[in-house]
Amino acid sequence: MPDFAGLHQFWVYLAASPLLGLTMTLCAYLAAQRIGAWCKGAPIANPVAIAIAIVVGVLSLSGMSYERYFAGAQFVHFLLGPATVALAVPLVRQLPRLRQHWLPLTAALLAGCVTAIVSVVVVAQWLGATPALIATLAPKSVTSPIAMAVAQRLGGLPSLTAALVIGTGIFGAIFSTWLFHALRVRSDAARGFAMGLAAHGIGTARAFQLSPEMGAFAGLAMGLNGALTALLAPWLVPLVTRWIG
Amino acid sequence: MLAAFAVLLLFQCLGEGIVFVLRLPLPGPVAGMLLLAAALIVFPKLQVLVEQAANALLAHLSLLFVPAGVGIVVAASSGNGHWLAIVASVVVSTLLALAVTGLLLRGMKGGPAKDRDA
Repeated sequence: MPDFAGLHQFWVYLAASPLLGLTMTLCAYLAAQRIGAWCKGAPIANPVAIAIAIVVGVLSLSGMSYERYFAGAQFVHFLLGPATVALAVPLVRQLPRLRQHWLPLTAALLAGCVTAIVSVVVVAQWLGATPALIATLAPKSVTSPIAMAVAQRLGGLPSLTAALVIGTGIFGAIFSTWLFHALRVRSDAARGFAMGLAAHGIGTARAFQLSPEMGAFAGLAMGLNGALTALLAPWLVPLVTRWIG
Repeated sequence: MLAAFAVLLLFQCLGEGIVFVLRLPLPGPVAGMLLLAAALIVFPKLQVLVEQAANALLAHLSLLFVPAGVGIVVAASSGNGHWLAIVASVVVSTLLALAVTGLLLRGMKGGPAKDRDA
């Protein structure tokens, strides 16, 4: 006779330990990779988006809270720090090309950074967003710790900013293929730099799937745009809202 | 592998420390990345040590965004009623930023110039 009452107790025990959240994250990611392979690496089959969808589905079916899930998943989340540091390795390998192209890269960084901030503020204001929502949206293209700090300083909602940053990253990673194809942007370096600038770490993750060179330029753009946005956004956002408002 | 991971964590600590002391508007890991890049330029031998661990981490960079991404569902409720403005501005602005940056660098040479998926 199977012990069903015991099974329920076992589930309660398992859901309370970090084991389940961690296992769920790894399995969802492996499944997402498999699905991506079935779709022959089509950009729409983005592994981050699919893995998130799987975990969200399991959480809502099982009634497990996000906090409880994150107690386990935080071990994966923690590795984002050392992985960011590790971006230095491909970066240094591309150093000769960075030296050679520092002028166009600097120009693209400045123009891209200002475009990412100003365009989101203008469209959001035009569609009737509140000042708090505009402050929340403004840093959406940069890596989440910087974006949350910038949103906080501007009077936005850091937790919503974190969600929008992830959404921006997934959208950018998926649609960059189509856009670069249409605009005939062909070099791996140019594509990578644009993906890291506009879609931070998730764009960088996508770039690494395609080529190490694309990944290196994406990682560089992500870091530089994070720093520049932290410097520019606090005065650029009020300037633009006053100018169009 | 273990030594390489220790080096990465060490540079993350250094980055956090410098950001804290100098009150830089940067996350610690980004400062750590810049510090490690400088160290790799000065001591090229370090590259051999950290390379494997770095490549292993970066190969699965997508995985590391999953836990934070699941939090979208929790935060989604706080955007109440403004979803048109949010979605439209994010979509337009992300495409514009990609286009402006990509077009400015379009003339950039190098890399396999074939038009593969990106």
